[in-house]
Amino acid sequence: MTNRAAMLDKLASLDEEHALAVLGGGEKYVARHHERGKLLPRERIELLIDEGSAFLELSPLAGWGSDFAVGASVVTGIGVIEGVECMITANDPTVKGGASNPWTVKKIFRASQIAEENGLPSVSLVESGGADLPTQKEIFIPGGKLFRDITRASARKQPTIALVFGNSTAGGAYVPGMSDYTVMVKEQAKVFLGGPPLVKMATGEESDDESLGGAEMHARTSGLADYLAEDERDAIRIGRRIVARLNWRKATAPPAHDWAEPDADPDELLDLIPTDLKEPFDPREVIARICDGVSATNGAVFDEFKPLYGPSLVVGWAKLHGRPIGILANAQGVLFSEEAQKATQFVQLANQTDTPLLFLHNTTGYMVGKDYEQGGIIKHGAMMINAISNSTVPHLSVIMGASYGAGNYGMNGRAFDPRFLFTWPSAKSAVMGPAQLAGVLEIVAQQSAEAKGQPFDAEGFKAIKEVVEAQIEEQSMPYFLSGMLYDDGVIDPRDTRTILGICLSVIENMPYAGTDRFGVFRP
Amino acid sequence: MPAPTDSGCSDRDLHPTTFFSPPLRSSANNAAGTPKPMGWCLMIKRLMVANRAEIASRVFRTCRLLGIETVAIHSDADAGLPYVGEADHAVHLPGNTPAETYLDVDAVLAAAKAAGADAIHPGYGFLSENAAFARAVEAAGLIWVGPTPESIEQMGSKIGAKDLMRAAGVPVLEAPAEPTEADLPLLVKASAGGGGRGMRIVRALADLPGEIATAEAEAASAFGDGTVFVEPYVENSRHVEVQVVGDGRGDVVVFGERDCSIQRRHQKVVEEAPAPGISEAVRAALHEAARNAAAAVDYRGAGTVEFLYDPATGRFFFLEMNTRLQVEHPVSELVHDVDLVALQIAVAEGGSLPSAQASAGHAIEVRLYAEDPAADYQPQSGTLTMIDFPGQPGIRVDSGYQSGSSVSTHYDAMLAKVIAHAPTREQAARRLAAALARAKIHGLVTNRDMLVAVLRDPAFLAGEVHTAFLEGHHTDPPTHPGQGDAAVAAALALAERTRERRTVQRGIPVAYRNVVSQPQVTDFEDGAGRELRVEWFGGRDGYTVEGLTVVDAAVELVTLEREGLRTSYEVRVQGHDPDDVHRDIHRDIRCDVDWPGGHLALAVKPRFVDPADAVATGSLLAPMPGTVISVDVEAGQSVEAGQTVLVLEAMKMQHRVNAPASGTVTEIDVKPGDQVAAGAVLAVVSTGSTNEEMQ
Repeated sequence: MTNRAAMLDKLASLDEEHALAVLGGGEKYVARHHERGKLLPRERIELLIDEGSAFLELSPLAGWGSDFAVGASVVTGIGVIEGVECMITANDPTVKGGASNPWTVKKIFRASQIAEENGLPSVSLVESGGADLPTQKEIFIPGGKLFRDITRASARKQPTIALVFGNSTAGGAYVPGMSDYTVMVKEQAKVFLGGPPLVKMATGEESDDESLGGAEMHARTSGLADYLAEDERDAIRIGRRIVARLNWRKATAPPAHDWAEPDADPDELLDLIPTDLKEPFDPREVIARICDGVSATNGAVFDEFKPLYGPSLVVGWAKLHGRPIGILANAQGVLFSEEAQKATQFVQLANQTDTPLLFLHNTTGYMVGKDYEQGGIIKHGAMMINAISNSTVPHLSVIMGASYGAGNYGMNGRAFDPRFLFTWPSAKSAVMGPAQLAGVLEIVAQQSAEAKGQPFDAEGFKAIKEVVEAQIEEQSMPYFLSGMLYDDGVIDPRDTRTILGICLSVIENMPYAGTDRFGVFRP
Repeated sequence: MPAPTDSGCSDRDLHPTTFFSPPLRSSANNAAGTPKPMGWCLMIKRLMVANRAEIASRVFRTCRLLGIETVAIHSDADAGLPYVGEADHAVHLPGNTPAETYLDVDAVLAAAKAAGADAIHPGYGFLSENAAFARAVEAAGLIWVGPTPESIEQMGSKIGAKDLMRAAGVPVLEAPAEPTEADLPLLVKASAGGGGRGMRIVRALADLPGEIATAEAEAASAFGDGTVFVEPYVENSRHVEVQVVGDGRGDVVVFGERDCSIQRRHQKVVEEAPAPGISEAVRAALHEAARNAAAAVDYRGAGTVEFLYDPATGRFFFLEMNTRLQVEHPVSELVHDVDLVALQIAVAEGGSLPSAQASAGHAIEVRLYAEDPAADYQPQSGTLTMIDFPGQPGIRVDSGYQSGSSVSTHYDAMLAKVIAHAPTREQAARRLAAALARAKIHGLVTNRDMLVAVLRDPAFLAGEVHTAFLEGHHTDPPTHPGQGDAAVAAALALAERTRERRTVQRGIPVAYRNVVSQPQVTDFEDGAGRELRVEWFGGRDGYTVEGLTVVDAAVELVTLEREGLRTSYEVRVQGHDPDDVHRDIHRDIRCDVDWPGGHLALAVKPRFVDPADAVATGSLLAPMPGTVISVDVEAGQSVEAGQTVLVLEAMKMQHRVNAPASGTVTEIDVKPGDQVAAGAVLAVVSTGSTNEEMQ
C-alpha cells in the first residue's frame, strides 16, 4: 500500500468520524428538531459567521471512545463575525437535549482557554437541558469554572454574548446571567433557576414556564434579556449586530496579502508520511508544502539555523500567510544532547525577536544509553523543556507522526499549553511505542520472576503482551487522544497550512512578546 | 461663445455651398449624396435640438459631420444623459414634466436665444408637429428644420388630411357614415393622436357610443383636442410607410418604404426596410402614392406617409402623414445609404435634393424599451447600470442612454434603437437577434427578450408580419437554458467578491471548514419573483457544486463546465453598496449575469431581515413610482379579492391596485395626490383566514 493510499484510507475514516459528530443525536432527533422549526447548532453557526468566511471547529471528536456521543453535545470553534474572530460555542440539543456530560465540560473549558489566551470575544448559542445527571459528580464541582470563565473574560475586556434558543435553566441560567449581552428567542428561550415543579415543591407557588423564564418576561420584566428576538434567525442577526458594535481592534495588524502560496504542492503531503512510523521522513518537505513560497516579500522558503549541528532536529525561519514563524521539526526521530541544545538556543532566539514557533512532531523521544546519559542527555533535555515551558511567544504544534516519551514534552506537547495543537491521522502518541512498551513489560516481569526465584512463563506472558500491545496501540491513536481532548482536532495534512494560517491570525487578537526570563539552565 | 444677437439670424451669411450627406451605413462602398452644386443658401452655424435623448444625439452626430455647432436643452431629470454632454452647449429647462420643459414653447425659444442658436431641429414627438411652434421659431428669425407650419397643420388633422389625400388621388379608408354589423370591426381614433394613443377597437356595435365617449375624453386630456373619428379596422393588417423628403418647391424624393407591423399596444417595436412580401407593382404604387401625397402640400423636409396594407387583397389605404423625422428612419438610411438628417438640414438651408439610391440589402430596427412585457408592458424606471452592445459591423445603435444613466418616469421609456443591416432579411434578423441577445443591459427590465423572440420567430422570418403579431406572444420572460448555472456563477462571483473584501483571514480558502456539515447557500430572486437557491461548497480545492466543474471563479467572470461543455458567465454586481455584500442586510444588491446563451438579473436575498423592516402580509405595494389618483376604499372596509383598492398614475398610464385576497382593509397609508416610490406600502388588507389561524 502506498503512503498516499494509506493516508487516504485514514482520511476517509476521519470523515466518517466527523460525520458522526455532525449527526449529533442521530437522524431521528435531528428530524424532530427541524420539525419544531429549529436550527441545528452548525446551522446556527453557519448563519452567525460572515458569508464565505472560515469556521475552524475545535475538538470535534471530543468524547470519542467514551459512552457519550462523539462531539460531546456541543460544537466549539473559531468563526469570523462581522470581521471579528470569535470563539463560538453551540449546544447540540439533539444530543440528550444538549445536556452537558464530562466531555462537554472539558470541551467548553478548552474553548474558554483558547478564547482567553488569544483574547477572543465569545458567543454562546445556548440550548441545553443542563447537566447529565448520572455523571453529575464529574461535572458539578469543576463545572463552576464555566461561569467563572465567562465573567473573567468580561473583566479582561473579552466580551461575552449569549444567544438563548431554548432551555437554559438551573445552573445553565448563569450562562446568559454572566454574559455581557443576552439575546433570547421569543417563545423558545426558557431561563430560570427552578421550573414550575421545583417552585411548587419549594414554596407551593403555582407558576408556568413563561412567567418564570420566558423571553418576553426577561426582556420586559426581569431585564435579564437585553434583546428579544422574533425567531432564531433574528437572534443570530442581533448577535451579529452586537459583535459589529464591539469596536474590536486586533493587537497586531494582519500582514499585507502579498504572500505566495507554497512552492511545492501541498497535495503531496499525502505521499510523504511513511505507513511505518519507524521510517523517518524529511520535515523540510513538509515545510515546503505548508510555508509561503518565494516572493518579493519572502526571499527564501526556509532559512535553516545550525544545519550542521544536531541534524536530527531541523530548526529555522519561514513565513506562513505572510507571518514570520520559527519552526522546530524532528528529522530523525531521536533527540540527542546536540538537538536539545540547538532547540534551546532557537527558542531563545525566537523570544528575542517575538517570533511565534511551530513544532512539527515526529519524535521517538530523547536518546537512551550509557553514553548519552553520561553525556548529559537529561540536563540537555531539561534545558529544552525549560525553554519551551517559559517561552512566551505563541506556540503551535502539529503531531505529524510519532510523539513519544519526553520528546512529546520537549516538542511542546499538550501539557505545555501550545496555543493550538493539531494531529495528523498518521500520528501516534504515548510514553513509548506499543511494541517497546510490551517488550519493556516482559523484561520487567521476567526480572521480577527471576528475583523471586520463580520460573518465567514466556509462553503465558505472550498473551498478556499482545493484549497490552493492542491496548497501547489503540490508546496511541489520534481519535482516542482527540477524544480525550489531548489535541484540538485531527486534521487533513493538506489543510495544515490553512489551519495554521487561521491560528496565526487568531493569535493576533492578543499582544504577545518574547521573554528573556527562563528557568535556571544547566548547560 | 459668440454673443447672441437680437434676431438670432443677423450674422447669418449667404454662401455658395454644396452639401454632402455622410454615409451612415457601415458598408459604405458608394459615396452617397454625391456632392451636387447648389445655389445660394442659408448656412446654419449653431443648431439647437428641441428634444432629448436618442434623437438629440442622432441629430448632433450629423451636425458634427457637417461642422454645425450643437445646443442641447434638458430638464432636471435629463441633466445626466449623454446627449447633454455630447452637445457643444446645453441649456437647462427647470422642471421635469414635458409641459414645463420640452413642450414649453416660450422656454424652448428662450433657450435657443440664450444659446445663440440660429436653427432648431425638433426631433420627433414633443413640439415636432406643432405648427404654432414652427411659426414661433420662424417668427423669431430662426431656421426651422422641418416642414412648413402649413404642411403640419394640413396633415395634423387626420380628417382634413384624408380629404386632401382623397383629392390627390391617394386611396383612403372610408369611414362608414352609418356603421352596421357588416362594417365591424371598427377603429376609433383620436384625430390629434399619435403613437397609438387614443385608439380603440370596437367589435360590437353596442359598444361604439361608449368607446367614442371614452376615446374623446382620453384625447381631450392627452392632446387637448377631443376630436375622434371612426374607420374600418383591417384584421391582420400591415402598417407600411413610405419615407419622403421634399425640398418645399415640389421636388419629392422617395427613400423606399418601411414595414412597421410588429406593434405592442399600437406602438411600433420592430421596423424594417424594405417591407417584406410586397410585389414590385404594389411597391411602386405605394411610392407613387406617397410622392403624390407629399407633393400635394409642396412638402419640405423629411416626412412619412403611412398606409394600412391589407395583404389579403394587396390594397393599401392612406392612414396619415407624419410631418417629422420618424423614430424608425435609420432603416431607410441604411438601405438607401443616406443621412436623412443631413437632408433635412440641407432643405432647411434652401438646398435641393439628390436622387435616391436604389435600395440595397435589408435593415431591421428594434426599439428597446425599459418596460416589462410580462406585466402589460409596464414602464420601468431606475438606474440603467449597464447598457453595452457588442460593437460589430452591420449593427447600428442609436442610444439615448449610457451605463449609469437614470431612466425617469417623466418621458417615453425607449432606451435605444438597435438596427441591423445585411444583404438579406434573414441575415439582418439573425444579426440583430444575436446583437440583442449578447448585449449587456442591466438594472432595468426591458423588452429585449421579446424582441429577440420576435426576430427568431419562424413566422416573422417567413414575413408573416401583422399588427396583432404580438398579441399573447413572446411577452413572458423566457427561461434561458443554463439559467440555473448562471445563478451558480452569480453565487460564486459574490463569494469571490466577499473574499476580496475580507479584513481578516485573507489567505484562507472561501468557506473553509475542517468539519463539513452542510453546503453554503446563496438565495436569489429573479425578475419574475422566482426563487433560486444555489448550494455550494468552498474549501481547499476551490468551489464545488453538484453536477458542475468550477473551472475558474473570479469577481466578474466565472467559468463552469457541465457534462463536458464549458461556458463562461460574466457577472456584474450592482446595488446600494456593492462593497457591502458580506454584510447582512444586502440593501438591494443585484447580480446581472450575461453569457452567450442568455442573461439573468438576480436580486440577492438577504440572509436576515430586520423584523422592523418586514412588510406585513397583505400589504399592497406600489408597483412603480407614481401619483395616487384615487383611493376607492376606507380603512375597516371589507373587500373582495380583485377589488380595486386604489388607482395609481405613472408614466401617463393608470394602474389599478387590487386587493390580493378577500379580507379587511386594515391600513391605508396614502391619499389622492401623494407621490409614492416603487415598493412603498399603499395599504394593508388582512385576510380572514389569518385571523382564524390565530384563534
